Amino acid sequence: MSSTVATAPEQATKQDSRVARPRRRVPAPYFLLIPSVVILLIGMGYPLIWQTITSFQEFGLSQQFGQPAPFVGFANYIELAGNPVMWGVVGRSLLFMAVTAIITLAVGLLLAVLMTAVGKVVRLTLQISLLLAWAMPVVAAMTVWIWLFDRRRGVVNYLLDMIPGVEMNRFAWLENPFTFFMVASIIVIWMSVPFVAFSVYAGLTQVSDEVLEAAQLDGASGWQRLRFIIMPMIRPVIAIVLLLQLIWDLRVFTQITMLQDAGSRASEFDLLGTYIYKLGAGSQDFGMASAVSIFVLLLTFAISWYYVRSLLKEDEQS
Amino acid sequence: MTTATTPNHTQLLTSGRSGRAAKLRTRQPLRLSRVLYSVLAIVIALGWVFPVYWMINSSLLPNRTLQSFIPTFVPINGSLNNYSNALENGSFFSALGISLSVTLIAVFFCLLFAFLAAVAISRFRFKGRKSFVLAVLIVQMLPAEGLFIAQYKMVASVGLLNSIIGVSVIYTAAVVPFTIWMLRGFVAGIPADLEEAAMVDGLSRTQAFMRITFPLLAPGLVASGVFAFLQAWNEFTVALVLLPAEAMQTLPLWLRGFIQASATRETDWGQVMAASTLVAVPVIVFFLIVQGRMTSGLVAGAVKG
Repeated sequence: MSSTVATAPEQATKQDSRVARPRRRVPAPYFLLIPSVVILLIGMGYPLIWQTITSFQEFGLSQQFGQPAPFVGFANYIELAGNPVMWGVVGRSLLFMAVTAIITLAVGLLLAVLMTAVGKVVRLTLQISLLLAWAMPVVAAMTVWIWLFDRRRGVVNYLLDMIPGVEMNRFAWLENPFTFFMVASIIVIWMSVPFVAFSVYAGLTQVSDEVLEAAQLDGASGWQRLRFIIMPMIRPVIAIVLLLQLIWDLRVFTQITMLQDAGSRASEFDLLGTYIYKLGAGSQDFGMASAVSIFVLLLTFAISWYYVRSLLKEDEQS
Repeated sequence: MTTATTPNHTQLLTSGRSGRAAKLRTRQPLRLSRVLYSVLAIVIALGWVFPVYWMINSSLLPNRTLQSFIPTFVPINGSLNNYSNALENGSFFSALGISLSVTLIAVFFCLLFAFLAAVAISRFRFKGRKSFVLAVLIVQMLPAEGLFIAQYKMVASVGLLNSIIGVSVIYTAAVVPFTIWMLRGFVAGIPADLEEAAMVDGLSRTQAFMRITFPLLAPGLVASGVFAFLQAWNEFTVALVLLPAEAMQTLPLWLRGFIQASATRETDWGQVMAASTLVAVPVIVFFLIVQGRMTSGLVAGAVKG
């Protein structure tokens, strides 16, 4: 798709835009785009092509030392398809993505509604807390959370242990995959909810007051106003936010890597990002790592396809 | 300039009277529920901010206190010793320097390239424009975790592993799409009529742009620049892959290495928390200053053609 930018024949364009906007000189926009296109081709385009080609090659340790990389067709993909570890990683990643993104969206929505229901001072307090969490650099946030969940002296175990009948002293959260990913999910939700809450709150403040009042006069209940007026109006915001969350939660890497630092590196603790990293940087199996990467790219596109298509439609209409 | 069609968070934060939220609230019929909501909101606020508080609290306490099985919730006998110890760790300042260099280079080129591109797509109609906008959108969806193997091979093959240039190139490429996306909203928010009026008065197109539109664009450039800064400053994955040498760590890598090194012994949580605070506080302050602009620019980018 992007190739049309580079290859569009200038003669034809000259004519096109003369018709559209006679006063504008024509080659200018192309010159303006050159730097961006060049850096994108270097930093993203070339790696993407390399990765695609390598995913069809055998590219292991011996290729690292200069052996030519033979083409093996779909062998890497077929091997992955028959690899239970890979399916475990894919299943976990999708589950993690769905659970985390949906809880994030739900909590964000509730907080946004809560913001409209409280006074100014309380709202500001809530907003500042959320902003602080939002602004924390991921790596700093991770070290704090690992400290909070520390087995022996973490505050989480201490506080849970105080609940009568709960025996949580020295509970090792990061030692079994279920609680490991629970912790990861809590952290990711903590960091992402502010973005959702602020975006939705911004959307809520755009809902026309007159319409709501008219609906109330016509006898619409609070729930009906929410269902038939507010929700449809903020749906575009929710759609974008949910899509971004899904994409971001599919590619969590820093959080998982740092939790693995503190817990376990066994493969049951991998999501797609760390799995690629281990295949590539760890086992030096670039062919397989590339195949997994391409799989992740396709997965991302599959998830975002609906949204990209609706954007395309809008673009055509405008 | 963007407030006409998009919400401005700064305004929402600072004045309760702007936006319709204020009016929405006046319709709350029950006082009791209002009180309940307020209590709920305060509890959530305290819970949400707790990790940040805990980081600062722990960073002020001596390790002896932190090793107790009963947590200390208020740093009454706090000191800044952990900070001086973390700074004495040596590599902090080297990491700070590398982070600054990489980030500033990336931000400079990002802004320059994105500015030119944003002008092209919001001031000109040309063949391939829609394709470019779409490409920008799609590139943002490429997961960094799906590309770092190739980026590593590419950077290594030109001998730029462990170099500031290698990382800067990848950062620029990674952040440029989002910067274009944000800036196009800002450029589109400035009416082209202003330029056309100036051209009627005898200025050339470029002159009109530089004298009329460019000054109005300054806030947008600042906001996008800050966004690019935060992205590059906090980046972890690409740095991890392209900067394997210990002497070439950025701050996020330094912090991770710090916690790893101390984890081999009994973790010195006080120092680790001081280190985290050192990395986090400048970013938090920076972010709080500009976040309103940032989010409104982001929304503008999504809304405007």
